[in-house]
Amino acid sequence: MSFEWTSPAEIADSFKKYGYLADGHISQVVYLADRLQKPILAEGPAGVGKTELAVTLAKAAERRLVRLQCYEGLDEAKALYEWNYHKQLLRLQADEGKPWDDLEGDIFGEDFLLTRPLLDAITSPEPVVLLIDEVDRIEIETEALLLEVLDSFQVTIPELGTITATSRPLVVLTSNNTRELSEALKRRCLFLHIGYPSVDRERAILLARVPELSETMAARIAKVVRSVRDLKLRKAPSVSESIDWARTLLALGADDVEAGVTGDTLGVLLKYQEDIDRAAKELELPVADDGS
Amino acid sequence: MILALTSFIEELRAVGVPVSMVEAIDAAHAVAHIDLADRQALRAALAATLVKQARHLPAFEAAFDVFFGTASSPEPAPGEPTIASGAAAASGGSGGDGAEELMAAIAAALHAGDEAGLRDLVRRAVNELSGLQPGRPVGGRYYFYRVMQRLGVDRLRQQLIEAIAVEEALAHRIATEDIAAMLELLEVEVRREVVRRLVADRGPQAVAQTLRAPLLEDIDLMHATRDELARIEAAVGPLARKLATRLAQRRRHGRKGRLDVRRTIRRSLQHGGVLLDPSFKPPRKSKPELVLLCDVSGSMATFARFTLQLTFSLAAQFSNVKVFAFVDALDDVTRFFGPGRDLAAALDQLASEAKIVWQDGHSDYGHAIDDFVAGHLDKVTPRSTVLITGDARSNYRDPRVEAFADIAAEARAVYWLNPEASRYWNTGDSVMARYAPYCDAVREVRTIRQLEQFVEDLILPPSPALRAVALAQSRQ
Repeated sequence: MSFEWTSPAEIADSFKKYGYLADGHISQVVYLADRLQKPILAEGPAGVGKTELAVTLAKAAERRLVRLQCYEGLDEAKALYEWNYHKQLLRLQADEGKPWDDLEGDIFGEDFLLTRPLLDAITSPEPVVLLIDEVDRIEIETEALLLEVLDSFQVTIPELGTITATSRPLVVLTSNNTRELSEALKRRCLFLHIGYPSVDRERAILLARVPELSETMAARIAKVVRSVRDLKLRKAPSVSESIDWARTLLALGADDVEAGVTGDTLGVLLKYQEDIDRAAKELELPVADDGS
Repeated sequence: MILALTSFIEELRAVGVPVSMVEAIDAAHAVAHIDLADRQALRAALAATLVKQARHLPAFEAAFDVFFGTASSPEPAPGEPTIASGAAAASGGSGGDGAEELMAAIAAALHAGDEAGLRDLVRRAVNELSGLQPGRPVGGRYYFYRVMQRLGVDRLRQQLIEAIAVEEALAHRIATEDIAAMLELLEVEVRREVVRRLVADRGPQAVAQTLRAPLLEDIDLMHATRDELARIEAAVGPLARKLATRLAQRRRHGRKGRLDVRRTIRRSLQHGGVLLDPSFKPPRKSKPELVLLCDVSGSMATFARFTLQLTFSLAAQFSNVKVFAFVDALDDVTRFFGPGRDLAAALDQLASEAKIVWQDGHSDYGHAIDDFVAGHLDKVTPRSTVLITGDARSNYRDPRVEAFADIAAEARAVYWLNPEASRYWNTGDSVMARYAPYCDAVREVRTIRQLEQFVEDLILPPSPALRAVALAQSRQ
């Protein structure tokens, strides 16, 4: 078995090339996932870079990214495989008159199989990175569907038998923690909690993502964002929102983050009017008069 | 290493973090792949394999510091504290000359961001100021607070905050937070050093035991400290969201509705008119109406607050929520709550504006129930679930059970949440047993975990027929 990386430090370095700053913890878990051949379950608030982790992982490992976006009502046919029903019908019509035994073997062959992301990930000749995004959105019963893939990298199709992985994918599952995932699923994964970054880390992320930003501006932005996150809000600003905010401030040509410009641009950081009002009140910011 | 690992896992289980056998094996595998001298790597490996819930991470961190905190200590401790230094520390009141000088050096190290220097200084501070004596069975927290107090950390905080030169509110706030972050660093170091010393003296198991704290969801709400309450309050929000999602999903997928003929035929056209893929109408959603009666006197207020917080986060799950608060009189306070309203502000308003006190401000369940029957009984319909929170301690006044029976007769279901331990019910002035026959369930709800479980059960209530049978049985 070959591994992608020889040390966690190497992972951090190669991630950095693609603009993702992995702290010691993240790179260590990725390293273990590679070594132990286990999926990573990344959990944390929205917008802290969980999906980005998988995308970067694919780039750094030079693998194709196969993405399964989860949603309520996701089923086998959308996640694993589906028989190409129309093609089967056509085949039946074209072969009218043939004995049944011939036909049956024919229409349940791999030619008639539509591969969906999970099957795609394990049958791919080249190893891939499989991203199962927002796994907490599927129902708890549907989770069972993932288990076979996650622990033995195989899919069982009743008509065809068991298809085993030709190559081992690196798997990342993300969860916004809107519900408790089943024990069975969690047990199979390495757990990685990604929370809001510390001020230093956020500053570094801002600098990596918005290179035009000056050091002092990045530090100031990170600190203001920390203050805002400390308030009791409906939705605290995520890292992606603080990056947006940094871009906004740049575009406005602000060279310092003072109260006036912060108040004017709070809408970039916060997405609920009540949150904006509260932040403006608690941080004593002048708010732009929008006529409401 | 395996030995250390198993006792570490035992400790995690003792705190309440579930660790399965498979996870323990994974941890052992993971440990084989890392550099054991690297504490950060060990922490990551164990956290990833053993802890599968973010809210268990603090417990993990605490246990990790105890069991593996010493492993990578860069240099051996500079001698155990002598009895003499301990005694000297004990006699010299708070902040002698040594302490002040040390604190100045620590402040300088913090400003410079000099971690190694800070660690040395903290080591010295714990050595000189903690009064730690080998073999004395005292909890780790005691030594921690002692060092912090004798260093005069709070005083330093004050001084630093006063020294902030900027006037502007935002900049001032940021500067204050910088100071807090800096001092937190110090706090963490001191805590670690104290734990390290204690472990060296008594071994990890014993120390872990004295430091053990219940998980957030198991803290008794009635006896929680202010700090714990704040943490619980922060946790209730996400918890309620989680619960709401789960309940919404369950309702949607509970059963299929009637056959939708139109859609089924439309779909069959794809397959040449064969009815392969029947489609069903989604079932009509029946959402319960909720009538909440909250005892908001004294200690009950805390509990009522969490119930309200949880209820309003779940507002979408109910077709209608009415809230009544009482001490010895009852008032409709629904107007203070609602989507987008701030809970803390609503509770303040409730305390100042609602007419919930009639005579002396001691709980009187009987009078409150009379008030409800007289003024608000029409708000209870066969679709409403009545929820009462309180300890049923009515100060020896008439509980007015007959009036309570009237409410129960109108409602779809009546639940009573009692934040007292069930072994104290019906002692002293508690009249829980008098009301219980008219309730569908009386639950002891002392922790967030129990509250969560109850709300989940509540939203999928028993059918009316089953209820009638159960009630008839309980009254016999």
